[in-house]
Amino acid sequence: MNRKIRVLIAKPGLDGHDRGAKVIARALRDAGYEVIYTGLRQTPIMIAEAALQEDVDVVGLSILSGAHMALVPRIREEMDKAGLQDVPIMVGGIIPDEDRAALQEMGVHGIFGPGTLTEEIVEYIENAVKAQSE
Amino acid sequence: MEALVQRLLQGERRALARLLTYVENEVEGVEAALAALFPHTGKAWVIGITGAPGTGKSSLVNALAKAFREREKTIAIIAVDPTSPFTGGAILGDRIRMRDLSGDDGVFIRSMATRGSLGGLARATRDAIRVMDAAGFDIILVETVGAGQSEVDIVRTAHTTLVVEAPGLGDDVQAIKAGILEIADVLVVNKADRPGALNTVKSLNAMLRMGHPASRTQLVAHHGRLLEVEALTSNTHEAMWIPPIVQTVAIEGKGIDKLLDAIHKHREHLQQDNLFAALERTHIEVELYERLREALLANLLRNISQDAIQTLIQRIQTRELDPQGAVQELLQTQQMKA
Repeated sequence: MNRKIRVLIAKPGLDGHDRGAKVIARALRDAGYEVIYTGLRQTPIMIAEAALQEDVDVVGLSILSGAHMALVPRIREEMDKAGLQDVPIMVGGIIPDEDRAALQEMGVHGIFGPGTLTEEIVEYIENAVKAQSE
Repeated sequence: MEALVQRLLQGERRALARLLTYVENEVEGVEAALAALFPHTGKAWVIGITGAPGTGKSSLVNALAKAFREREKTIAIIAVDPTSPFTGGAILGDRIRMRDLSGDDGVFIRSMATRGSLGGLARATRDAIRVMDAAGFDIILVETVGAGQSEVDIVRTAHTTLVVEAPGLGDDVQAIKAGILEIADVLVVNKADRPGALNTVKSLNAMLRMGHPASRTQLVAHHGRLLEVEALTSNTHEAMWIPPIVQTVAIEGKGIDKLLDAIHKHREHLQQDNLFAALERTHIEVELYERLREALLANLLRNISQDAIQTLIQRIQTRELDPQGAVQELLQTQQMKA
């Protein structure tokens, strides 16, 4: 058996800054993961659909627009509807401290702001995948 | 695994996604699942899309899938991108060009990394196609990695192969080189609104006039290798397929109807004179030999210790033994053991 970790990197919402998402995609590639990169302006339905079809272990969202409190619950809802309750979401971008608790309540445990080392993200994913397979 | 097969046959999409993962990861027990699905396969039409990087394969797949959807066909897509030879990771980005297809239950897109395969497809692609076929899709579109000149595995897998070209990628000598152009059932000149498109069409036309392999030779499987042999006279005139050249602008949907016509004609062509059965037979024969070779090798390697291999490597490196001699020695000791 040759298990490969598969990660979806998506940018929901309307801001057009995909540099961060690309840097992360590249770092995860270098960590040996298969990264499904879907590009800009993904709707919650598109993200849930891609996560399902690609059978990913983790969904990574890059949000710089400040709309995370609106987008993340919608994406979680669509993913749950598609039967992906067990697939964790991580969020990268500009997330104010006061929103962290609320996001964590929605089941987003990996929240990565500016200055995060890519190693931290890789470690988070390793742990998330381990927890999943247990 | 059995339950998963049942769920797949009932059309559950997550079961399909999970089985594709199992096929890719070569999970234990997946052979049984594939065996259970096999009787349900053989219904889908498999279309391969290959061509150099940047010719617009993904956009073309997007446009083709849309056009097939308008004709009420269900579509599965496998999009292959390369695995990094250094880290084993991959960025699979073909979905970026396929966003028009989202929100449609008649479409299922799966990205696949090559995981070290060199022929333009992943090792698991053939089995993945079967899983999708068993799931009941009418058409399966298989997009290869950006292919240069010798990534021609797709021809052993697809029923109709499209080779995508774009203007400005090379002169007419490129067009007469051996390899990828020879495998085309349909030649597509994409980005046909760009300058130089007409020249590309002309070069391809000239190549076809000089004699496309179809007019002189045919591919025949012999001990699992595809060989070119002189076309039989009975197989020349009425059965000869000369690949049409279709111009498209995939992102605007231009020329897609014509491309669909060309694909349809190729399918009709294969359906006459048992050509389809012959093509399928060739595919099966090649696959059988490939699998046999793999199984024999795995079997053999199970019986050979790493130490023995390392010793041989050293003896080769010190020029005590040549590589072919080492192989002979290994085989002989194995035979003696047996």
